[in-house]
Amino acid sequence: MLDPGATDPERIRNFCIIAHIDHGKSTLADRMLQLTGVVSARDMRAQYLDRMDIERERGITIKSQAVRMPWTVREGEQKGESYVLNMIDTPGHVDFTYEVSRSLAAGEGAVLLVDAAQGIEAQTLANLYLAMENDLHVIPVLNKIDLPAAQPEKYAEELARLIGCQPEDCLRVSGKTGEGVAHLLDEIVRQMHGPTGQDDAPARAMIFDSVYDVYRGVVTYVRVIDGRIEARDRIKMMSTGAVHELLEIGVISPEPLKSPGLGGGEVGYLITGVKDVRQSKVGDTVTIAAKPAAVALAGYKEPKPMVYSGLYPIDGSDYPNLRDALDRLKLNDAALVYEPETSAALGFGFRCGFLGLLHLEIIRERLEREFDLDLISTAPNVVYRVELEDGAEHVVTNPSEYPAGKVAVVHEPVVRATVLIPNDYVGAVMEICQGRRGALLGMDYLSQDRVEVRYTLPLAEIIYDFFDQLKSRTKGYASLDYETSGEQAGDLVKVDILLQGEQVDAFSAIVHKDKAYQYGVSMTQRLRGLIPRQQFEVPIQAAIGSRVIARENIRAIRKDVLAKCYGGDITRKRKLLEKQKEGKRRMKMVGRVEVPQEAFIAALSSDGDKPTSK
Amino acid sequence: MPGVLPSGEPVPADGSLPPAALAGVGANGFGVYVHVPFCASRCGYCDFNTYTAAELGSGVRREDYADTVLAELALARRVLGCAAPPADTVFFGGGTPTLLPPGELARILDAITDTFGLAPDAEVTTEANPESVTPAALAALRRAGFTRISLGMQSAASHVLAVLDRQHTPGRAIEAAREARDGGFRHVNLDLIYGTPGERAEDWQTSLEQVAKAVAEHAADHVSAYSLIVEEGTRLAARIRREELASPDPDVAADRYLAAEGALTGAGLGWYEVSNWAADAAAQCRHNLLYWRGGDWWGVGPGAHSHVGGVRQWNVQHPARHADLLRRGRSPGQAREVLTPEDRHVEEVMLRLRLAEGLPLDVLDPVGRQAADRATADGLLSPGRRRNGQAVLTLRGRLLADAVVRQLLP
Repeated sequence: MLDPGATDPERIRNFCIIAHIDHGKSTLADRMLQLTGVVSARDMRAQYLDRMDIERERGITIKSQAVRMPWTVREGEQKGESYVLNMIDTPGHVDFTYEVSRSLAAGEGAVLLVDAAQGIEAQTLANLYLAMENDLHVIPVLNKIDLPAAQPEKYAEELARLIGCQPEDCLRVSGKTGEGVAHLLDEIVRQMHGPTGQDDAPARAMIFDSVYDVYRGVVTYVRVIDGRIEARDRIKMMSTGAVHELLEIGVISPEPLKSPGLGGGEVGYLITGVKDVRQSKVGDTVTIAAKPAAVALAGYKEPKPMVYSGLYPIDGSDYPNLRDALDRLKLNDAALVYEPETSAALGFGFRCGFLGLLHLEIIRERLEREFDLDLISTAPNVVYRVELEDGAEHVVTNPSEYPAGKVAVVHEPVVRATVLIPNDYVGAVMEICQGRRGALLGMDYLSQDRVEVRYTLPLAEIIYDFFDQLKSRTKGYASLDYETSGEQAGDLVKVDILLQGEQVDAFSAIVHKDKAYQYGVSMTQRLRGLIPRQQFEVPIQAAIGSRVIARENIRAIRKDVLAKCYGGDITRKRKLLEKQKEGKRRMKMVGRVEVPQEAFIAALSSDGDKPTSK
Repeated sequence: MPGVLPSGEPVPADGSLPPAALAGVGANGFGVYVHVPFCASRCGYCDFNTYTAAELGSGVRREDYADTVLAELALARRVLGCAAPPADTVFFGGGTPTLLPPGELARILDAITDTFGLAPDAEVTTEANPESVTPAALAALRRAGFTRISLGMQSAASHVLAVLDRQHTPGRAIEAAREARDGGFRHVNLDLIYGTPGERAEDWQTSLEQVAKAVAEHAADHVSAYSLIVEEGTRLAARIRREELASPDPDVAADRYLAAEGALTGAGLGWYEVSNWAADAAAQCRHNLLYWRGGDWWGVGPGAHSHVGGVRQWNVQHPARHADLLRRGRSPGQAREVLTPEDRHVEEVMLRLRLAEGLPLDVLDPVGRQAADRATADGLLSPGRRRNGQAVLTLRGRLLADAVVRQLLP
């Protein structure tokens, strides 16, 4: 009755865990794996389900997974009865909200896991709202109750107010010691209901994750909603109509386990031999080719890049390696988009689109770490929609491609941001948001001293150091979440940086009119300190169109000669000259100006006096 | 501390050279350089291969140095066989050659004459510190066959000399120049350094005026003026790092150079190399011209460099090790490099462009000639000389000579 492919839906509980980074989700999952016996103590390792090094190091989960665990209830009315628990792991970051929503949609319930020493964070709150909107049954759980700093009473009240339950309904566990975990598993069975679907309808399964594996190709994680999928079926992706042979079907427990099929309500994996996760998209509906469903499940969205940045190899000869590396990463990342781009300043590279800043950082870090590439990335920018007076419309993903004609209106993406803070910091947060063109939407007290502040903000204003500034102005207490919320017309201009009259494409930026001067001054000053003196004076200008708004000068070099060159100096001088010539080869030419690559890297690096708006 | 020698290929124990190198020796002249690695005290800015008595330790005695030089000359004779022509030039540099008694310098010069022979009008120079020469010593050197003396004047300002750790008083260098002329030296050079921390424009002007006066009274017919280079590992570099002294400013150095060009030209000298001015062709230092025109020379002494038929070679640095190798009948060569045609081309452009006579444009490849046209348009090369097929630096070009060299080379 509990075998994969033949499980009574009544005996299934599908749930996910909603938690903030560091609130102990992976550790709690480890305890569940042990208690249910699917991982023996001998095989146990910390954060068992987190696959990539980068996840383990940064303590974040990028890719979700689903684990099937048998559980025999220990206490209460159902004592002694056996169930199947499918724990669907969720990504923990704002950039992956869509993936989170699909993970949530794959289950009937959610465990809201909150650190008993810290209280709920903004992203967790956002995901909680998402779960409640999906009509999931939420079990509030306070974790880390073994910590001396834990305040379970205080945070139980906060959670109760948010969910609309009683403080005593909040379970208390310690993922570290295992205390309360068995009770939690019992409560999952007791409080949540089993999946409901139509057994006899054409099969529909929702893809909530797909992962590229070097040996197996794409492994697709699905939740069967209606009907069932058999191992011998040919399956069909409803968004594209593509049909695939099933090479394997099974469940994860926590290693892959083949099964004859997957029945209604079950969670498992499919392998078809496709090599690219784009052919197996999160949110898509899988049906059976021979007897397809007529209508796909609701909620599917194409991933849409929100933030763009140019990635360039520091060593130009690495360009093919960068292309290969992006091609490899793309196999496992349906949201990553890129196309070749040439910059006069930086050479050959790719303009890459990301879901958000974290997504960008992760990709960049993986390229550098796993593929051993040294990269320069241009300042990230959002996507602008520029309407010209002649009616033409341009979608700008690279500031240097901003149209030259008369601009009628520029649209920029906006987000609804939620910030949670102790009430002492409301003023600081408002000041930051106001300074970034934010519009207050409202604020609410979660408890006596914790406040939720909501703002509409241009996305462009938060992709630079917004979170860092938020953290530093609130002594680290602020937590942030945002979701995209359409676009608005903005008073935006393109600022170009010119070296001796030549535009340097990598430094063009689209900024709000009020911040154009600040950007121009800071960039020209920065470059003056970074570009070596040339044989002629080099003006560095910041300009909006033909109007110069800031200017610095690099004075001409007057002396470049070694005074002495006698017999013993010749070899040394020749070697120095060869080194200088090698250095010159690595210079980028902007018109006649030689700019060392280090100057571009330094000017584009995120430390220092970077403008707050672009 | 002495600067570090370059790295290269090992030198065979007997010092022998490839036959191809021997075949070409002396095609562009031949000279002998004798390095005397001794100083009474170490100047703070200096990274030359030289040692005070205390630094040398007990293994090396100045009294034995002439014998060591003679041993290396004998080895040079063995290596070169009869390939080398008589020497056109001999140059004693250091260190402080005049720390050796005139008799010892004479003994070395005699040995050079015996080994290679001297061309009839050979130029024989020694460097000297103003405080280390006396009229009697100068007369003895003259009698021994020295024809030219180069005096390390550096500055006429006492506070500048103090920063440089020079031991002489401001007037002494000019006085020594007069003594040399009175002692019969036909050619006298005064060395100057500009851009020393603490040197003011008027200090430099005073130095130039005194030199101009010496030129006017025929006490000197040659001036070398170098901008101070802060070499790593020197006491001066440490003092600048500790911010006891200001770092030399390249713009100030450019101003000083222009002042030197003005004053020295006004005194009747003309530039013939970026840092060297002479009264006429005869007053130009032929030994240094040999370096710049790709000539051959044998360098004797610790750390000395030689150039023989396309091979550049340098000796071990420490006097004790140098003497020891020679005592055991082995070459003191530490390493060498056999220049490729590309290396030779780089050197030719790099060195000849420093000369007022310039670089024949046909030496350059078409891309290099185009670069020369651009440099001419930029005011770095003389348009008149360009028309005559020579790349010759303008005054502004001299200050940017290294940049021009980089432009002309592939």
